Amino acid sequence: MPVPPVHALVFSLLLFAVGVLGVLTRRNAIIILMSIELMMNAANINFIAFGLRSHDLTGQVFAVFTIAVAAGEVAVGLAVVLALFRNRDTVYVDEVHIMKG
Amino acid sequence: MTPAAVVFYILASLALLSAVMVIWSRNVVHSAIYLVLTFLCVAGVYIVLRAEFVAAVQVLVYAGGIVVLFLFVIMLVNLAGTLGPRVRVHATVSAIVGCAAVALLLYVSASGGLDTDFGARIDLSAQGGNLQAVGWALYSDYLLPFEIASLLLLVAMIGAIVLARQKY
Repeated sequence: MPVPPVHALVFSLLLFAVGVLGVLTRRNAIIILMSIELMMNAANINFIAFGLRSHDLTGQVFAVFTIAVAAGEVAVGLAVVLALFRNRDTVYVDEVHIMKG
Repeated sequence: MTPAAVVFYILASLALLSAVMVIWSRNVVHSAIYLVLTFLCVAGVYIVLRAEFVAAVQVLVYAGGIVVLFLFVIMLVNLAGTLGPRVRVHATVSAIVGCAAVALLLYVSASGGLDTDFGARIDLSAQGGNLQAVGWALYSDYLLPFEIASLLLLVAMIGAIVLARQKY
């Protein structure tokens, strides 16, 4: 399997960077949640890559748990977005500054 | 390069391209579609990295469940064609995060801990992949975390229902 490990890590880093860029630059709460999912995928790639390298299934089991947590997180996050839209009529996080003081 | 490596590079670049399109496209529905493409490509990368079980879970949960949830919420909030601002670069934060990540990667690769090939010692002889092995691990060594994860999902489900209710 001649995929150099650094290449998988670089792929993971780039995917994570795209996610960070999305969180920092987009103001739409739904897009921000999607970017968080991208970052979780990057973390999963790292788990699997290092687990494969150390000949251990723990990395893959951890990736499965990460996916489960991501599913719960996105369900609650989208419910928050729905409640936000019902109460404030917006999903743009710039327009939600009620706690800004 | 072996076929597996070629597949890895193709899938990785496709995943990165569609990930960029997720945050670049101004239509939220297009973002969701590109998100499906990203998840499927990452699932292919998992298969190349000998993680068939995680690839199957990725397709089922991410591409099948989470994206459908995203699409439902996009339809419910109905932004009515309001295209938000495309990007707004926070230059300082971006520079700090980017430099930190690149420095970390350079440090790890320069310290020589990553110079072996993937799969050099992994058992590739299993016919059906490692589905059975991961299943055994989940139900023996990781039984308690597995049950706690199901509890977490239950809590998340109740929380989502309470948060998204019409009347409080």
